[in-house]
Amino acid sequence: MIHFVVHGRSDTVGVIVTEQVAAGERLSGWNLETGESVEAVAAQPIPLGHKIALRRMAPGEAVIKYNMPIGKATCEIAPGEHVHTHNLRSARW
Amino acid sequence: MRAETFRGYRRPDGRVGVRNHVVILPVDDISNAAAEAVARVIHGVLPLPHAYGRLQFGEDLELFFRTMIGTGANPNVAACVVIGIEPNWTRRIAEGIARTGKPVEAFWIEGYGDLRTVERAGRAAQRLLQQASELVREPCQVRELYVSAKCGESDTTTGLASCPAVGEVFDHLDSLGATMSFGETSELTGAEDICAARAATCEVAEEFRRVFRACNDFILAQGADLLGSQPTEGNIRGGLTTIEEKALGNLQKIGRRCRFVGCLRPAESPRGPGLWFMDTSSAAAEAVTLWAASGAVVHLFPTGQGNTIGNPIVPVIKITGNPSTARSMGEHIDVDVSGLLQREYTLEEAGDRVWEMMIRVCDGRLTCAETLGHREFVLTRLYRSA
Repeated sequence: MIHFVVHGRSDTVGVIVTEQVAAGERLSGWNLETGESVEAVAAQPIPLGHKIALRRMAPGEAVIKYNMPIGKATCEIAPGEHVHTHNLRSARW
Repeated sequence: MRAETFRGYRRPDGRVGVRNHVVILPVDDISNAAAEAVARVIHGVLPLPHAYGRLQFGEDLELFFRTMIGTGANPNVAACVVIGIEPNWTRRIAEGIARTGKPVEAFWIEGYGDLRTVERAGRAAQRLLQQASELVREPCQVRELYVSAKCGESDTTTGLASCPAVGEVFDHLDSLGATMSFGETSELTGAEDICAARAATCEVAEEFRRVFRACNDFILAQGADLLGSQPTEGNIRGGLTTIEEKALGNLQKIGRRCRFVGCLRPAESPRGPGLWFMDTSSAAAEAVTLWAASGAVVHLFPTGQGNTIGNPIVPVIKITGNPSTARSMGEHIDVDVSGLLQREYTLEEAGDRVWEMMIRVCDGRLTCAETLGHREFVLTRLYRSA
């Protein structure tokens, strides 16, 4: 069972690909670019298609997906946390 | 092994279509009633009512003519009856379509009224429909196809599965010498540098950057907050947080190898084979209408949360990588590639699935959108009428 997928080798977030993961659940992931397996622990429930933090990110730090910045953290984000509109904002508009 | 032939309709101008519509094309909003009346008495013709065509001017008017003429000229259209309120614009559109060599007849309502126009246009429509019904499909090469792609109601599975699967198809089509187009200018925000790097030449990259900047400047000049609009509420529900994230997923559609050879204005036809960038809105119905007017005969549409869009003359093939959407909105989904998320098959195999469905649809299989009656014909306006 693959719980999450990571697009690029330098990504700081992965994408949940199962219906829902529970808080504290140990997750198996897969990096599409490197083919390597990755592990994470969900800090909270995260729905299908939503992002999970793979490492700690500081406020203002660029969040990386597809090896590219997709916006900036608006507060500190801990590993395993749900990353979405409550803690990530576009750098463009 | 992906099939490289299908059975299509070869038109007098040499282009190849995958549908055989006889279109009743109103020139303006006030001719919709007559066009729809013709379609009520002659069964099997396709009326294309729309909301515009009066008092447009300048570049907006040019886009209007390009869209109307291009729609009638599309190889999926066998013949066309054009109905307008007055002779000038009606003739201009009919003559533009007639340059393809296909049968076109023009009628105007002034001096006749709706009832006599419906009778005269109805007799023409009946004759053209019977002629079209005798045209037969013949073997065609996939390289003769013009295929467009855009996604809608995207989520993170779009960037993971359905867009890369379409990208596989685009890379293969490019290697065969087919014609393809992508666009959605605003939805490239955050991926514009990667996109520009995919241009075939520095000149094309510069042209793309100019078009992108103009679009971005226009959006920012409105002073509106696009958060909640781009990404849309549906995108956000699906896990997409920012426009940059959406754009990077969106761009997976153009594959990994093919490069775009030029930039097109809205509804402008490609000037040769290869991948073309078109400056389009990111709204699905508007964008697909522009590609149909530019001559695209089949459209690949990746969706995450589930978009229902169709087009009256171009079959729209929906592809999803979201297993929940494939289940909950199955009647809208032509190809399910959600198995990619669990590594049940490779990206290349997902591309095979899309390719196979594209060939079947080109051979005549009806898409989900066609069976559900989705005929969104939506003209792009550049500014308000005078």
